[in-house]
Amino acid sequence: MTDLQDYHSRLSDPASRKFETFSYLPQFDDASIRAQVNYIVSKGWNPAVEHTEPENATSSFWYMWKLPMFGETDVDAILAEIDACRSANPGNHVRLIGYDKFAQSQGTAMVIHRAPHSP
Amino acid sequence: MATKNYQAGVKEYRETYWMPEYTPKDTDILACFKITPQPGVPREEAAAAVAAESSTGTWTTVWTDLLTDLDYYKGRAYAIEDVPGDDESYYAFIAYPIDLFEEGSVVNVFTSLVGNVFGFKALRHLRLEDVRFPIAYVMTCGGPPHGIQVERDIFNKYGRALLGCTIKPKLGLSAKNYGRAVYECLRGGLDLTKDDENVNSQPFMRWRQRFDFVMEAVHKAEAETGERKGHYLNVTAPTPEDMYKRAEHAKTLGARIIMHDYITGGWCANTGLANWCRDNGVLLHIHRAMHAVIDRHPKHGIHFRVLAKLLRLSGGDHLHSGTVVGKLEGDREATLGWIDLMRDSYIKEDRSRGIFFDQDWGSMPGVFPVASGGIHVWHMPALVTIFGDDACFQFGGGTLGHPWGNAAGAAANRVALEACVEDRNRNGAEGLEKRGGDVLRKAAESSPELAAAMETWKEIKFEFDTVDKLDVVHR
Repeated sequence: MTDLQDYHSRLSDPASRKFETFSYLPQFDDASIRAQVNYIVSKGWNPAVEHTEPENATSSFWYMWKLPMFGETDVDAILAEIDACRSANPGNHVRLIGYDKFAQSQGTAMVIHRAPHSP
Repeated sequence: MATKNYQAGVKEYRETYWMPEYTPKDTDILACFKITPQPGVPREEAAAAVAAESSTGTWTTVWTDLLTDLDYYKGRAYAIEDVPGDDESYYAFIAYPIDLFEEGSVVNVFTSLVGNVFGFKALRHLRLEDVRFPIAYVMTCGGPPHGIQVERDIFNKYGRALLGCTIKPKLGLSAKNYGRAVYECLRGGLDLTKDDENVNSQPFMRWRQRFDFVMEAVHKAEAETGERKGHYLNVTAPTPEDMYKRAEHAKTLGARIIMHDYITGGWCANTGLANWCRDNGVLLHIHRAMHAVIDRHPKHGIHFRVLAKLLRLSGGDHLHSGTVVGKLEGDREATLGWIDLMRDSYIKEDRSRGIFFDQDWGSMPGVFPVASGGIHVWHMPALVTIFGDDACFQFGGGTLGHPWGNAAGAAANRVALEACVEDRNRNGAEGLEKRGGDVLRKAAESSPELAAAMETWKEIKFEFDTVDKLDVVHR
């Protein structure tokens, strides 16, 4: 058994902020993001992209990137919109959503790009 | 037309209450009982007796029977079936006209269905296996105050199960020490913590101080992690007045969720509290203390699937369902059956899951099943496979027992859950239980908390046979 370790988390440290689903895993690489986009498409959900400044991340409503991509099943097209949102908003968190219209809810939502921490 | 037909005396029940030719109406409440009669009592007579004693009948003819239209109001035993693998018991199906019951009252329905009849001498055992609530009756009940979708929006949790933990030791902590335990769990990555069921307002920790310190812990953990958190503040109380007083204070402190014990607290109190929660925008977690007294014996009592339906009608946003894999009783297929009954809007009859009737819930929201009791990180692949996303997994010892403390235990559980969900989304649910060990070991490479948890609990399994099995031929 390894030695007792401190749990590092601080109000004063922006790196302690989390973003719900998958935010306790290492940041996804491109292949992992593609796998999750594939999952959303395979569930028949409508993909959507949102972003926000880190200081406003606790709001229910982030900025919608264009409109949800209703009926879009082309994984590359969805990945291209994620990149477009990210390039246009380099300081922001970017979130991928799958809207499940039958549950009238989000089937999933995950932050796929974390903004760099400001000092 | 009036006829001279009153004769004092005792009639056989089956003359009035056994009607094999009857076709149940869409509006009837239907019940399936497992009957074990005393030796020598014919099947039809026992089934008819159950129908009579749970509806309009009594042991003798009374003249006032003739002042009403008994044929309209009586319950009817309309079918009898063998119990697979059991020669002494059988299923009796009984139809009750909807007019027998007060609207929106599970109290009234069950006072009839499981009232005097369970002490009836002609029966050795009696078990209520399932009840079909017609949509006409479902629509008179309030149901869950919010339901699964609304809770997800309130807590901002999508695409995964919720993670919780019951604070231990169950009894004896001071309010401030208790709040400390809550804070550590939530800052480490759990979504929810829970008062244990027997934490009410004892001398060592009165409810008001507990609520105050716990909510300070919740608010700080939210600020620290940026995520939305909750603690089920148990408002179960000696009187309804005390219960509402505690609920009001929880709301004043900004609590998103409170808790009630629906069997020991009572169904009248539960339905009232569910209405209060709906009116006040507070979620309601339901514990089920005492359920095993009622539902564990395979030949007597009330099956848990019925208690689960009852709760969905009375109102609750969470209900403990069993884990299948942990330390507490629960047959896998039967558990899958009542999980469907909690969450889905239409459930088909499926004897392989112990479901005897189609059940239509219409637009009534679903209830989160809560899996709690003896689970730890090694169970995560099975839990994700069995329950999917619409569930709450509660790791009590599996969080607090981590060698580095609650925050590390919480982080370990959160990493394990997210790793399993990530793998399921990528490779499908099928085979996740087999891949699970590799998935966890890989995730532990970047999470020392998970690595330590896996080392701590690697040998713990709970492999006892279930006492209450589904009825299948097993000879």
